[in-house]
Amino acid sequence: MSRAPLAIPPSVDALQGALAREHYIAERALAVSIYLALRLKRPLFLEGEAGVGKTEVAKVLAAALNTSLIRLQCYEGLDVSQAVYEWNYPRQLLEIRMIETATDLDRAAATHELFTETFLIKRPLLRAVEQTRERAPVLLIDEIDRADEEFEGYLLEFLSDFQVTIPELGTIRADEPPVVVITSNRTREVHDALKRRCVYSWIPYPDFDKEYRIVTAKVPGASERLARQVTAFVQDLRTADLYKAAGISETLDWAAALVALDRDVLDRDVIDETLGILLKNQEDIDSVRGERVGAILARVLA
Amino acid sequence: MGSLGSLGSTGSRSNEPHEPEPHEPHEPNEPHEPKLISNILLFGRVLRAAGVHVHRERMVDAIQATEWIGIRSRADLRATLSALLVHRHEDLALFNEAFDLFFRSHDSSELDLPLFSLGERARIAMRRNAGAPQRLDLESEASEAAAAAFAIGAYSTVEVSRTKDFADFTAAELEAARRLMLRMRWQPGIRRTRRWQHASRGDIDMPRLLRANLMRGGELIDLPRRIRREAPRPIVMLADVSGSMDRYSRMLLAFASGLTRSARQVESFVFATRLTRVSRLVSVATGHRVVSRMVRDLHDWGGGTRIGEALRGFNTTWARRVMRHGPVILIVSDGWDRGDPKLLAQELARLRRRCSRLIWLNPLLGSAGYEPLTRGMQAALEHIDDFMPAHNLRSLEDLAAHLQRIDHGRHGDQRHT
Repeated sequence: MSRAPLAIPPSVDALQGALAREHYIAERALAVSIYLALRLKRPLFLEGEAGVGKTEVAKVLAAALNTSLIRLQCYEGLDVSQAVYEWNYPRQLLEIRMIETATDLDRAAATHELFTETFLIKRPLLRAVEQTRERAPVLLIDEIDRADEEFEGYLLEFLSDFQVTIPELGTIRADEPPVVVITSNRTREVHDALKRRCVYSWIPYPDFDKEYRIVTAKVPGASERLARQVTAFVQDLRTADLYKAAGISETLDWAAALVALDRDVLDRDVIDETLGILLKNQEDIDSVRGERVGAILARVLA
Repeated sequence: MGSLGSLGSTGSRSNEPHEPEPHEPHEPNEPHEPKLISNILLFGRVLRAAGVHVHRERMVDAIQATEWIGIRSRADLRATLSALLVHRHEDLALFNEAFDLFFRSHDSSELDLPLFSLGERARIAMRRNAGAPQRLDLESEASEAAAAAFAIGAYSTVEVSRTKDFADFTAAELEAARRLMLRMRWQPGIRRTRRWQHASRGDIDMPRLLRANLMRGGELIDLPRRIRREAPRPIVMLADVSGSMDRYSRMLLAFASGLTRSARQVESFVFATRLTRVSRLVSVATGHRVVSRMVRDLHDWGGGTRIGEALRGFNTTWARRVMRHGPVILIVSDGWDRGDPKLLAQELARLRRRCSRLIWLNPLLGSAGYEPLTRGMQAALEHIDDFMPAHNLRSLEDLAAHLQRIDHGRHGDQRHT
């Protein structure tokens, strides 16, 4: 097994370039944060509203660094057996039945063999540690705010030494720290003890220029005029008092839908018909549809 | 070149955090200037003084980082220090302000000044308070609190009737009741968490069963069991403190303090025309005085209650952050609403979908002959789970007993009936 250590771009500019080659437009501040996380070998903590492209950062970073991405999706009740490892009990039981049918049964040796890697189910954190034997992967710990405090406590320990102890097998250590990206939608406050060990970055909704570039890059079928109008409309809509503002992926879906409907310009009817792609909440749709759509459209076309 | 001085003296101060600057190429390993290190350390102290929690290890990282990033670009320096020294979104605005002030005043002639001007530090602290009323300085209340502590002895002999309406309380009775309430025990109903717990009853714990018995060659001897761990439900209290609730608002705040002290997760908000979070304030001993003053200020602004708008504010701004784990919601209001009843109904319906129990406490419900006829109350009735009085100590005791029974939300209760 030949080890190829992770090649970190030599400067912020180089990193920005590498991300751009993966079609990701990173603002300077975000690029600086990512660069620092790589150099300091600290986790990158990305916080922001849902739909601003936090998860995308990890995916693109893995591609730009030419390494694998290992993802751990958090949820309430997430525990070691789902995050780190678990023994494959059904297989172990089956193995026992098979051993039992064999005549010359050495129980002690058989039991010993039951706890080998063959029967181990590796979950994301353990896989990330093992992966470092070839090359440090990007470990994405997605939506940490959904996990409970108990898991946060475990994670704190894991992030400080990147090792996993399995009583039956021993301790497995990372050859080099994985690149850790933690995201949070801020549905609750994540504990300071965890956050202050990280390089912190708040990701806002993109400004007009950035979102316009994203739309033209990801929805090539959209004309320049449509892309501008779509972007301007969404940007204006985000300033409205809504329960859930539209994220970037909603903008892209909407643009793609308009292209599919052969639209080249926005008008009130088509917006009213397709509003459900932008807003996912009935109260929001009801409050915007009609007059407010007209007012925003007037500003967009002005 | 490359010193902080040149950064500060080139462009004028800008309020825009992301100034568009050309990024000059730089050598990654510029030698450190002693001035730079001391300035970064100083800046860390300024941030700390302004109330940002700066971790010491991050200061070391920051000094290291400037060597890699280079410091010719002010935007890069800002990004570097912000990524390492700030770890809360609410501190970002403060950081940007401090950064602008610090690196504006430090042109090369001032670089060796021993201390960052005190006047500017004070300015930062003041602005922070202006933007966040819940962080008012509690120490200014010290003398008032001391006076109250002195007077408390006089109140302690007062007998409080448990059935007397709060509105008819004398000042002495109010104070005695307040102290009584702080001692009341609140145990909100429990919810089942998603986390497992080893137990003597419940489902068979397969992973543990297999693990324990594999050692014996697969013979099933012990049957370990597991249940979902249980935790108390969080409480969210939304209290109307508008003029019409004046006679009750003081007791309400005591009620909120008592709740916060005895239950684990309590969030409190007060509203008249707009909503303010007071969770932290009601949890400290003298906090209620600060809130009382805030409530008086609210009254001075006038304008009555707009319950629907206040709830909308809660639903859009706070619900995502405090409505976890099926909370019990307490709305305390007399239902005198100057806003749109349709909006109120809509926001209540929304709130109800996201909680385990929506309880409306109305102090007027305790008075004989009261009918919930106000438009607001009429609109609210069909969207709430319980409509209960809150006008005397007896009614609060009833509430405490009721809360304890809410274990599985409204669905669980329906099963019993």
